Amino acid sequence: MAVKMDPIIQSPMTPQLYRVEKVIRETHDTFSLRVIPKDDSGARAFQPGQFNMLYAFGVGEVPISISGPKPSGRSMIHTIRDVGTVTHALHGLKKDQTVGLRGPFGSAWPIELAKGYDVVIMAGGIGLAPLRPALYALLEQRDQFGELSLLYGTRKPEDLLFTEEFEEWRGKYGVQVKLTVDTADSEWHGNVGVVNTLVQRVTFDPVNTIAMICGPEVMMRFAVLELKHCGVPEDQIFITMERNMKCAVGFCGHCQFGPAFICKDGPVFRYDQVKQFFGIREI
Amino acid sequence: MNKPVIIDPEGLNQLISTLTRMGFQVVGPTVREEAIVYEKLESIKDLPEGFTDEQDGGIYRLKRRSDKALFGYVVGPHSWKKFLHPPERRLWSADSEGNDFKIKPEKLESPKFAFLGVRACEMHAIAIQDKVFINDKYVDPVYQIRRENAFFIAVNCGQAGGTCFCVSMNTGPKVDTGFDLALTEILDTDRHYFVVEVGSDRGAACLEQVTHQQAQNEEVRQAEDVVEKTSGQMGRTLDTTHIKELLYDNLEHPRWDDIAERCLSCANCTMVCPTCFCSTVEDVTDITGTHAERWQKWDSCFTMDFTYLHGGEVRASTKSRYRQWLTHKLASWQDQFGSSGCVGCGRCITWCPPAIDLTEEISQIRDSETQTSKPT
Amino acid sequence: MKSLESILANHPFFENLEAEYLALITGCASNVRFEAGQFIYRQDEEANRFYIIREGKVALEICPPGKKPITVQTVTDGEILGWAWLVPPYHCQFDAQAVELTRAIVLDGKCLRKKCEEDHTLGYALLNRLLPIIGKTMEATRLQLLDVYGVQD
Repeated sequence: MAVKMDPIIQSPMTPQLYRVEKVIRETHDTFSLRVIPKDDSGARAFQPGQFNMLYAFGVGEVPISISGPKPSGRSMIHTIRDVGTVTHALHGLKKDQTVGLRGPFGSAWPIELAKGYDVVIMAGGIGLAPLRPALYALLEQRDQFGELSLLYGTRKPEDLLFTEEFEEWRGKYGVQVKLTVDTADSEWHGNVGVVNTLVQRVTFDPVNTIAMICGPEVMMRFAVLELKHCGVPEDQIFITMERNMKCAVGFCGHCQFGPAFICKDGPVFRYDQVKQFFGIREI
Repeated sequence: MNKPVIIDPEGLNQLISTLTRMGFQVVGPTVREEAIVYEKLESIKDLPEGFTDEQDGGIYRLKRRSDKALFGYVVGPHSWKKFLHPPERRLWSADSEGNDFKIKPEKLESPKFAFLGVRACEMHAIAIQDKVFINDKYVDPVYQIRRENAFFIAVNCGQAGGTCFCVSMNTGPKVDTGFDLALTEILDTDRHYFVVEVGSDRGAACLEQVTHQQAQNEEVRQAEDVVEKTSGQMGRTLDTTHIKELLYDNLEHPRWDDIAERCLSCANCTMVCPTCFCSTVEDVTDITGTHAERWQKWDSCFTMDFTYLHGGEVRASTKSRYRQWLTHKLASWQDQFGSSGCVGCGRCITWCPPAIDLTEEISQIRDSETQTSKPT
Repeated sequence: MKSLESILANHPFFENLEAEYLALITGCASNVRFEAGQFIYRQDEEANRFYIIREGKVALEICPPGKKPITVQTVTDGEILGWAWLVPPYHCQFDAQAVELTRAIVLDGKCLRKKCEEDHTLGYALLNRLLPIIGKTMEATRLQLLDVYGVQD
């Protein structure tokens, strides 16, 4: 006689177990975890811009955007800055250790919509991480898009992420990659200044441009102003929002931003759809 | 659907026994610590017979009635969400094995509740939480199974409370949908009975086990009068005309500063609200560090760390927290779930220590807007 | 080879400037070239030059004692370098060093000041072009001060 099993909770709140395939040192405080499911089922498909909830045993869970792999890869890459208790615990993980993962969650960058348009990508700091899969997706069908630009700013030259890929993006795919930092010493021969200043230095047709921006909220406010000033329509500008997140599925209420739940309606938003609340204090 | 029937208090007692026999845990109003709360009922003896409640901003007081009404009061500090969306529950546990760990999901328990005495506003509140937990993108299986199992014996309110405004919110006082059985309590000089409306087949089946008789037209009319009378007694009103736009357009209104002077950020309003659903999670480990658990607990948008982000609070001020709560409840809820998040039960007014009254706050904001938009 | 006047006319800073003023300004202009690493001016020097960058990159630097020089801003193709020539006490505020081979047109600041004094319409036209750049620089400075990418505590 078959043993009747107790039903268990198939809940969106229960993590799946993933194995750390590789730990990649990105900068002095930022690292990437490449993970695959422990049951070898292959990583779940994700859209560029989506995020996962990563769980470090006994410590807690944090939302981390998916930063790779290239479209052919079967793992998922998460680029993480070691700034809090959970991210620090994740930093301590080594190859073949286990991490809990829920996801992917959230909205995606408008890759399909951008077909036939020039694309301007503006990233600040670790904001390049969720944009890298978007770049991969654009480059995979390079001929579907017009001019592609990546405008990327960080605090210092040593904070720049994914620098080893810039040459390929420039050379092989003709992406206008422009970098800038807030301050540098004289060993840095690149630009010093805020990321907005780069907008004037690349070629794109504003009215036929889709812009994708990810970075600290203050940086995005100025980036949006600059793009609007250049003539990019508000409904062609996409931004990402960040708020405290506990459940990632719209149950916990923490990530509300005006009428939006960042976890399920975002993190990627079309600017004109959130501008009523963007920049309002303590919203 | 079936015609209304009549049962007497003993019939109600039979109904409780029948549901208990059917495997339901019957829960409903009972007196505890000088308030009417929702707990397990054994018989009608547990109901607050002969009690009523006096309610106003920051005031709740039980009083004796001159009759033996079983439902002669309105809603107390509890709502049914404590049964459907438990205040605390373990989501899963995990055990480490060397460098590795395994996750043990929770067993899905499936308690069968029969809710006795659910008011119209509360039926609406449950329908609103359904949208959050089962009718949106993701499903909360714990809520779902409790909700699907639940048996609803609703009660049409025989009187309105001092902070009630269900008429303004179109959520009462008459129970309209979602019930298995709906009672209207009638207290004549010489008769105490309930007119019972049947809302489902299982409601009808259940009623078969209970002594009842067909309701006469006069009795049905009397039940209608009760609801009609209650409608006219609302302690509060709220003008909901373009309320979403009103709030979205007034995010920087000085009234929020005024409220912040009074608001204690105590979170009472969110705890007593039958639609507030926010929760947080806590990770705990045992002393060996090899066993970890994740718990979900009710949370409130008024608490300290609710909006913690990169070392600070997004909503640090009381002003911004109250604005978030009220704007969510009355405005952004419409964008999120297609209805208001407020059912007009008045709990947040009654249980607010400094008696902040959302109906008053909205009318202040509305009045100031009317004044400023006048041509000068 | 392009004439100075046509180079100036095609530079974004002088875009749509009236021909008569362009000719007037060309009178104060000459071509310059800086090798990578070469200093263009130093902090506290008298500011008598206004550079119109044609191509290349120039770093504005401050050098605190005991530390490597800190670059606070770079200017590049199509931009301008230096506006201290316009406002008293006419002293350079930073060190300016070419990061790479830089070609520019240098305008004589004293000469320009004099012409602006004589013809306020020219002065207004120049200020109209300079002020947005100064404003942008100030805005950028504030953003840099905010250190938006730093770890917040």
